[in-house]
Amino acid sequence: MEDRFAIMTGNEACVRGAVVAGMNFFAGYPITPATEIAEIASALLPKKDGKFMQMEDEIASIAAVIGASFAGAKAMTATSGPGISLMQENLGFAIIAEVPIVIVDVMRQGPCQGVATAPAQGDFMQTKWGTHGDHPVIALAPASVGEVYVETIRAFNLAEKYRTPVHILSDAMLAHMSERVRIPEAKEYEIVNRKTPTCAKNDYKPYQDDGTGVPPMAKFGDGYKWYVSGIIHDETGFPVTNEPEQIGLQIRRLLSKVENNRGDIEKYEEYRTEDAEILLSAVGMVSRSAKAAIDQARNEGIRVGLLRPITLWPFPERRLAELAGQVRTIVTCEMNEGQLFHMVRESAGGTNVRRVTQNNGKIISAQKILTTIRELQTND
Amino acid sequence: MTERTERKEHIFDKYLRQDKLPHIWCPGCGNGTVVNALLHAIDKTGLEQDKIVLVAGIGCSSRANGYMNFCGMHTNHGRALAYATGVKMHNPELKVIVLTGDGDCTSIGGNHFIHACRRNIDITTVVFNNANYGMTGGQYSPTTPVNARTKTSVYGNIEPNFDICSLAATSGATYVARSTIANATMMVSQFEKALNHRGFSVVEAICDCPTLFGRINKLGDAVAMLADKKTRFITAAQAKNMTPDELSGKIITGEFVNRTNLPEYTEQYDVLIKNAKEEE
Repeated sequence: MEDRFAIMTGNEACVRGAVVAGMNFFAGYPITPATEIAEIASALLPKKDGKFMQMEDEIASIAAVIGASFAGAKAMTATSGPGISLMQENLGFAIIAEVPIVIVDVMRQGPCQGVATAPAQGDFMQTKWGTHGDHPVIALAPASVGEVYVETIRAFNLAEKYRTPVHILSDAMLAHMSERVRIPEAKEYEIVNRKTPTCAKNDYKPYQDDGTGVPPMAKFGDGYKWYVSGIIHDETGFPVTNEPEQIGLQIRRLLSKVENNRGDIEKYEEYRTEDAEILLSAVGMVSRSAKAAIDQARNEGIRVGLLRPITLWPFPERRLAELAGQVRTIVTCEMNEGQLFHMVRESAGGTNVRRVTQNNGKIISAQKILTTIRELQTND
Repeated sequence: MTERTERKEHIFDKYLRQDKLPHIWCPGCGNGTVVNALLHAIDKTGLEQDKIVLVAGIGCSSRANGYMNFCGMHTNHGRALAYATGVKMHNPELKVIVLTGDGDCTSIGGNHFIHACRRNIDITTVVFNNANYGMTGGQYSPTTPVNARTKTSVYGNIEPNFDICSLAATSGATYVARSTIANATMMVSQFEKALNHRGFSVVEAICDCPTLFGRINKLGDAVAMLADKKTRFITAAQAKNMTPDELSGKIITGEFVNRTNLPEYTEQYDVLIKNAKEEE
């Protein structure tokens, strides 16, 4: 069979990937530059017996998505920085209640309203630390429209597999640009559905570790009368605020769901790293400028490569540490003031880490990165 | 020493999580009466226990679903209705009941409340109105009467309060009623009607917080507060012929809205799906 191709924007690819993954509920609130995701979802879902709701705000949007997931839905919401800020409270509930949901953050320049139509990468740390308390986070950061498509499928799969919210980090440029996308065939991807309980109705404990760290999840209405609280709970779902041992145990299990499964979750791309002396690290769209800069630098005889985290969280720190032992300098390229820089420096051991940052609503050019590479080649 | 007799089975045993009792509410708290009335109503409707989902926010009243043997979510402060909307939308066969308090529903959750009313989605909302924030120690809420004292209105509350039923009615709820714990029979009947109603229903259950609101306002103990309520509640029909002066201090109970001819949201969505599939 011949490959199938289509031209679409990043936002459209996100919805189409989600539908392939089984999305049957979407709730959102209009916000630039994520709005088209809601628009397309509103048109596509009813045709497939799915449901779209435009809620009164982003707080309600993520709440409805969580509620729908408890009733058995594969549910998603999409927003941008201001909406992500509003969602942090209920995101905490999704984490502690262990609800599979997908949250798309189409990053725009910030803080506050910032520049609604301009791309940025200012929400790296917001997705990791935005909601209060220690908690696990999965965030996928695609770099092309085609990758938005496949990573959205993967986002749903990871959410279902690990009973946890998964973020997709896009940006205003990726969201709105059109690219040719190869539509993968069904046999090329798996569709994961959450594990459901098989025990007797009265024996079900919704937060009991079955040995995998991820308890089975019943859906409301199928006969398991279970209760879940946003308060720290024991394996029955009921609060345990006076039992430090249980509290510690539950938090550790939450964190270990992601930490113990890095091998399955983590994904990164390497470009020309084999003999690199200088390593670039860039996420999402910026990695494309980085690759162009690398090609040019290689033409000039400078040995430079790229490590691109596709899972920003969990951060591929082990591979970064290995490469840090090989290169003499690492340069992060990012559209913020150095959020990736801090993560890279943490894993880089004694290796020198520099940063190329740009926070003005424009994608960093290959030229700007190349200039830094040349300087490093001359001076370092 | 008399021998302890074995506890007889109660008709509501199946509706309560025995292992979670006794509850955390203070002696004299009105929440128990509201839960009792709700269980009576659920029993009367004959609804399938497995198909009922109780969604609560944060506060004293929002702890109620922990004691009740149904599917339950104890969500974030003010957000119960938004969570409930998602549950109901994905599976309209579920009977979704929201348990919320005056602060949870009309302050932090005020926006979700008016929009849920507007959509006319088939959710029954029980507002436990005890006129203050009990869980945090008794601060003023949007329903604290003017001049009443609370921990954050020690010189008297200067904020006019919400009439929850008027708010619900104006926002589009299609069944709206109010009763007090001094007239639990009326409360049971309103809950039953609300549960059988196809659309968004709100029952404001006026209850007492003797420990915090009662004590700081010198209203006596729980019995005295209940006795006082008995002298103050009147029916909507009685209220019609009374002057504002006569109405002062009264609690108007009864049904304010009962409209059965308006489209329900999830049913409307089914029509939308049908239309979408026909449109190419």
